[in-house]
Amino acid sequence: MNFEQKHIDALKELLYKMADDQLIIGHRNSEWTGLGPVLEEDIAFSSMAQDKIGQAYQLYSILNELGESDPDTVAFTRNAEQFHCCELVTLPIGGFDFSLVRHFYFDNAELLRFESLAQSTFDPLAMLAKKYKGEIKYHVMHANTWIKQLANGNEESKAKMQNAINNTFADALGIFEKGPYEDVLIEIGFFMGEDALKKQWYDKIKTFVESVGLSIPALDSATPNLGGRAGKHSAYLQPMLTEMTEVYAIDPSADW
Amino acid sequence: MDTENFNNEQQLIFDALEQVMDPEIPGLAITDLGIVTKIEVLDKVAHVQLTPTFSGCPALKIIEDMVLKAVQDLRHFEKVTVKTTFDVAWNTDMITEKGRASLLKHGLTPPPKNPAYIELDVLSDTACPFCNSKNTTLKSPFGATLCRSMHYCNNCLQAFEGFKPLM
Repeated sequence: MNFEQKHIDALKELLYKMADDQLIIGHRNSEWTGLGPVLEEDIAFSSMAQDKIGQAYQLYSILNELGESDPDTVAFTRNAEQFHCCELVTLPIGGFDFSLVRHFYFDNAELLRFESLAQSTFDPLAMLAKKYKGEIKYHVMHANTWIKQLANGNEESKAKMQNAINNTFADALGIFEKGPYEDVLIEIGFFMGEDALKKQWYDKIKTFVESVGLSIPALDSATPNLGGRAGKHSAYLQPMLTEMTEVYAIDPSADW
Repeated sequence: MDTENFNNEQQLIFDALEQVMDPEIPGLAITDLGIVTKIEVLDKVAHVQLTPTFSGCPALKIIEDMVLKAVQDLRHFEKVTVKTTFDVAWNTDMITEKGRASLLKHGLTPPPKNPAYIELDVLSDTACPFCNSKNTTLKSPFGATLCRSMHYCNNCLQAFEGFKPLM
């Protein structure tokens, strides 16, 4: 298939936002290493971190083939305003309730995103997506199991889940912030588009959340937390990046 | 990978790769793990293609180096290339019978074959690698490495690991 420049631009924008999401949530997940409430959770969040960072690496590698810098340079030398991740993934880990609900919102969206991208007309992305959906399946399984368990725990655990679901909803809607090339991506069949994804996601999580006795806010009840895709981030991202790149920054030319 | 119609040179490479073990599961050859997806010889240059088990697998680079060395040591080709691609997506059905036996020997329950779907009940239904009892409890779908899950056997009271299914 011969692509025009607008297709390449659209593709890069799509790849950057997805790779940045994976890298940043991966790093946030890794912040649970050593702090998980039980050993199994420590390991689960660390394993998911490893999956996400591996997934980010492969997406950055496609970008590299499209003419962008190598994955390490892209991951470790940009400032916050050059990142296209959604705001949801940039937020600090907070309590286990927030981290679980973020994980639930994010990974349910990711699974649907990559299931859809497995049919992308851009083959290198379709091949990765086919792989990722199998891996993310385990992340969704983990998130859903915990939401169900805590919703059925006691009054306190149920209230904590419901509050986190309500309080994180606007941030979660920011996942689906559209980029400038949305129409191009849909037209050439690279991606089904954020609106279609958001609808699938909402139907899916609504069914699940209600099945465990909790409720989900109405789609139009919250103002999505936007800006992240355009590099406008809260004050939380830069300190995280500074910490993440601390070792790399000591000697960027070191051979690891 | 169609090993049936290998020519002598392809077979030579395959035989060498049968000696390359997964660095995280000693005794499991990478050919039995199913991650070698293509062996080709063009103009005296050997090309080996691998596919990752999990995209975040940290052993990937080490395995590439081990493969490169194993084929170079044959001293039969002018050049050797090793490439990891996602052209063939790995799944646990690509583990050979010999590979499944190696997993069990290492104390890891092999993944169910051709699972219709992957949910918690499939993982919960894992037999203990030590006493073969199915009276086991899934502790976590995540374990010491990305490809493992953690379980507990209620029969022999032993914690154990499973190699989790991936499709």
